[in-house]
Amino acid sequence: MASFAETGPRTPVTEGIRVDKVHPRARLLRNIRAILVVVVALIGLVPVFAMGLTAFKSRADVVSVPPQLIFEPTLEGFVFLLTERSQMSASALATAQANEEELSLFERIALENGQRINGPSDFVTRLRNSLIIAGGSTILSVVLGVFAAYAFSRFDIPGKDDLMFFILSTRMLPAVVVAVPLFLMFRQIGLHDTHLGMIILYTVFNLSLTVWLLKGFIDEIPREYEEAALVDGYTRMQAFFKIVLPQAATGIAATTVFSLIFAWNEYAFALMMTSNNARTAPPAIATMLGRGGIEWSAIAAGTLAFLIPVVIVIFALRQHLLRGVTFGAIRK
Amino acid sequence: MTSATVSRSVSGGKRPRRRHLSDRAIQNLFIWPTLILLIAINLFPLFYSLYLSFTDYSAIANQQPVWIAFENFSRVFNDEGMWEIFSITGRYVLFSVLLQLVLGFTLAMLVREKFLGSGVITTLILVPMMLSPVVVGLFWKLMYNPTFGYFNYLIGFDNPSTAPDWLASRFAGQPVPGLALWAVIIVDVWMWTPFVMLLILSGLKAIPEYLYEAAAIDRASSWFQFWRITLPQVAPLVMIAVLFRTIEAMNKSFDLVMGMTGGGPGAQTEVVAVNLYRQAFQGQWRTGRASALAYIVLIIIIAVSNLYIRNLNKARKEG
Repeated sequence: MASFAETGPRTPVTEGIRVDKVHPRARLLRNIRAILVVVVALIGLVPVFAMGLTAFKSRADVVSVPPQLIFEPTLEGFVFLLTERSQMSASALATAQANEEELSLFERIALENGQRINGPSDFVTRLRNSLIIAGGSTILSVVLGVFAAYAFSRFDIPGKDDLMFFILSTRMLPAVVVAVPLFLMFRQIGLHDTHLGMIILYTVFNLSLTVWLLKGFIDEIPREYEEAALVDGYTRMQAFFKIVLPQAATGIAATTVFSLIFAWNEYAFALMMTSNNARTAPPAIATMLGRGGIEWSAIAAGTLAFLIPVVIVIFALRQHLLRGVTFGAIRK
Repeated sequence: MTSATVSRSVSGGKRPRRRHLSDRAIQNLFIWPTLILLIAINLFPLFYSLYLSFTDYSAIANQQPVWIAFENFSRVFNDEGMWEIFSITGRYVLFSVLLQLVLGFTLAMLVREKFLGSGVITTLILVPMMLSPVVVGLFWKLMYNPTFGYFNYLIGFDNPSTAPDWLASRFAGQPVPGLALWAVIIVDVWMWTPFVMLLILSGLKAIPEYLYEAAAIDRASSWFQFWRITLPQVAPLVMIAVLFRTIEAMNKSFDLVMGMTGGGPGAQTEVVAVNLYRQAFQGQWRTGRASALAYIVLIIIIAVSNLYIRNLNKARKEG
């Protein structure tokens, strides 16, 4: 009989060398864990899934008891959300039905309820405001943030730690605490309910995040690159633009998206600082409930339209997620 | 004579051909725009609201603030409704943070070791925390609807007349005070448990493997390993998670509660941020009194954070 020393172990060890990790019981435990986690993740997504379903329900299906899982999907909710409609007279209805082929998809859906589309709804304006304000403030806060982060990362600034803490602490203030004086201040200087006012507000709101995040990313770029460039006759500015910025590109991209999500989702300031001109989508979705009969499918459609971009972004960015939510306080 | 020319040519060589900024100038240029914005939009209002909190002032009246010293503060403290609001806020923060901690810790332990698809699954778990709280509040309002909402059916009540009407604080037609607050807590837990999980997970991943290997060699039970290795090592991050959540629960609860209940039914879910909004921007626009209340909230937040940070430092020293 051949000894163990000649033949070696009967089966090659492939899963690592720790006995406690290849033991059948350990494997079983790991599988149970995996199943548990998947179940929890699915339970967590049920409300999002339910909202997605509701967005495609007709008026009657939304309020059916018990709620249905299988129904005929319709774009009614989206039509209600995005358009301003009026009831048609019987004769107008008849002519419209005769010429149904010439109508657009939205017009045909409105026609089923005997309505004609007069134009886009307020919600379209709100979405546009959201885009302008979130976009503008994101660009501004990332640009200012990248400069400040570079200075904090590379120069010996007196009281640096205190300044960084001050920047972070501004985020800890409850919105309602600063909202009252800000409201008065903005009204005084004519920024109340303007796009510019909201862009400035969200920029400041986001700066703490961008400075902290970007400083973390820039800290990781070796100083030697810039120093070599400086020796080669680059000015500090050239070194910053041509060496540091390209190296920090992924960090800047991640930071941009995080600021965008924050500005996109913000509600408290938008509610208090805008009334009509610059009102963004979140308070608009919230006040849709107050108006007349509750059109749940429209609300669900608005919610879905509002959530989808964020969900896509989360998946695109999952490598950087941890940093973003903890202000860069935790390294990957 | 010659030395003078040499020194001149040296200084001439040092002078750059093109004018460019010194490091110091760049440093100032880079940080001051940010600092000025932060001071103007955060620091100034902070002091201005401190001043307003000592005055009788309404933002919609055409009257200058009138100095009344501590009257706003004494009115807040003597208002019995206020104590109820603080108690609601306290219960809300306590239960939601506690539940998030327990669930978040458990989840972090579960996803700690990688398995097939664990990256995608972890990302899916994180989705709720990235959504807009007010919009989340709204769609949970639909979920909770006693007749056509999914929630009751999912937890096993299929007859609307004997099921809880969460947001109205009623169970099978009978009023159950506190049910609406629990409905809000459930949503808060749903939304923010992933955040706590994420922080604790990053702490778990940082624990050096050799500690467990040594324990395995000593044949320490997994119970022992958990209490003597995992928990002490991860304690600082647990503390950070609790700190972030406590502050945010006072801050961001506004969005969620406004979206779901608007403070109702009655004032059962009126957390302090919602009350603050009502006083400052609705009804009589009691700007002065709202500022006083805002300052009280701020002081509570600072006190609570200090308490946590002190414990955090203690945990760090021991760990």
